[in-house]
Amino acid sequence: MREEVIISGRMNPMIDPQLNIWHWHIPLYLFLGGLAAGILFFAALYTIQGKEKLYPAAVKRAPFITPFILVIGLLALLLDLNNKPYFWQLYTTLRLESPMSWGAWTLMVVTPISFIWCALNIREIFPSFDWKYGWLKWLETFFIKYKIAMSWVLLIFSVILGIYTGILFSAFNARPLWNTSILGPLFLASGLSTGAAYIMLVSRSHAERIMFSKIDIVLIGIELFLIIHMFMGFLASTQVQIDAASLFLGGPYTAIFWVFVVFLGMILPAILEVLELNKFRVPVLVPGLLVLFGGLMFRFVIAYAGQASRWLY
Amino acid sequence: MRYAMVIDTKKCVGCSDCVVACQTENKVPIGYARDWVVEVTEGTYPHLQMEIRSERCNQCENAPCVRCCPTGSSHYSTGGIVLVKPRRCIGCGACITSCPYDARFPHPKGHVDKCTFCDHRIKEGNGPACVEVCPTKCMYFGNLDDPGSEVSKLLRQRRYKTLIPEAGTKPHLYFLT
Ligand code: SF4
Ligand code: SF4
Repeated sequence: MREEVIISGRMNPMIDPQLNIWHWHIPLYLFLGGLAAGILFFAALYTIQGKEKLYPAAVKRAPFITPFILVIGLLALLLDLNNKPYFWQLYTTLRLESPMSWGAWTLMVVTPISFIWCALNIREIFPSFDWKYGWLKWLETFFIKYKIAMSWVLLIFSVILGIYTGILFSAFNARPLWNTSILGPLFLASGLSTGAAYIMLVSRSHAERIMFSKIDIVLIGIELFLIIHMFMGFLASTQVQIDAASLFLGGPYTAIFWVFVVFLGMILPAILEVLELNKFRVPVLVPGLLVLFGGLMFRFVIAYAGQASRWLY
Repeated sequence: MRYAMVIDTKKCVGCSDCVVACQTENKVPIGYARDWVVEVTEGTYPHLQMEIRSERCNQCENAPCVRCCPTGSSHYSTGGIVLVKPRRCIGCGACITSCPYDARFPHPKGHVDKCTFCDHRIKEGNGPACVEVCPTKCMYFGNLDDPGSEVSKLLRQRRYKTLIPEAGTKPHLYFLT
């Protein structure tokens, strides 16, 4: 057996004895980013397919929340910066090697589109609303004309945004728990699932709810598959990754991960949704909120456990 | 030119003079450290081995901290030294998270800080403060690309290791064993 006993004279707050540099801001930001990505993805998809009438909540009502949550997410990110007045430096460079950089630029594309999207639907939701100025009306007609083109941009960038929320972690090879390429697709699937859950919550049409229940069940299935895959990958890998996985397999994050994220956030809502499809009466609020809660917990657990995982040293 | 530091673990006594010298020279805020000393005991009784190492940023040739910095604040400077431009750093912590050696820390002023190999002293022709102050002269500093430099000679003559080579960062900090 190899043993290392380290007595160390290092003393950097937030790093020793355990890295603790990212707090609640980052997981919250990634959750809100993933949720917005999910909602906007479905809005763009059904607009492109010409199914606005069939899925009014997905295309019109749900996206109303996206500008707010994106702005809240960005504010959380800003709060986490140690050098807040310098935040604008994010936009003086585009560094493709840095996920944080291209994530910032992706948000720069998605956030304004989310505002425009809401503006285009506002008169439908608030019939008494009127654009006061002529040029605003002109802008509205302009964007309506190019709505399909805008939807394509949104479709692509919402997928990038969803993947980015996971890649942000997986790019750090110094943290073995994060250093797996599965986090990108896993966070995308989770973001889409939370998006579908939110659409379910705000939808008033039974057919639409059923549709998004089905979508959500498929997405949860994909998530569970990817999670199993992730653990198989870790356990077949090097010691550092086996140690990282053991944080969830008997280590300090075991209960919170399997109970809150996997059972309450995925398996239980999936069961409830299946029951509902089989004509049992399940209030839509329950699976919807569970999925949202699970998505948030998932990001918290991954963010904190990742910082607890490290190289043998 | 590639600057490197070679540290002889056989000569280091763990006095932490290097730590104090660095804190004084670089005005490291109180409670923080750019370099530190670890004592490692390895093996199973009765076959134990002890090693004392003075550690700091490894000035990696393939530095993840430079790669992940969104603003370009972390960059390679002359001789491959990895530096932080405080006025471009937003304090996002990406570089701290990405360093397998946990060599960086958030400076109370907001930017990120770490060992600079005392680049301000090198420019004046001096060695890093930790190297110059070491009472046992266990540290060496020089140019890896110059075959005549002391560091190159030592690396030819002695057995050495780098820390966590499997992380693929190509450290420029070598430990003679
Ligand atoms: S040791 Fe850490 S901070 Fe220093 S260059 Fe390597 S990755 Fe960057
Ligand atoms: S904390 Fe500063 S140096 Fe580090 S990655 Fe962020 S901007 Fe770059």
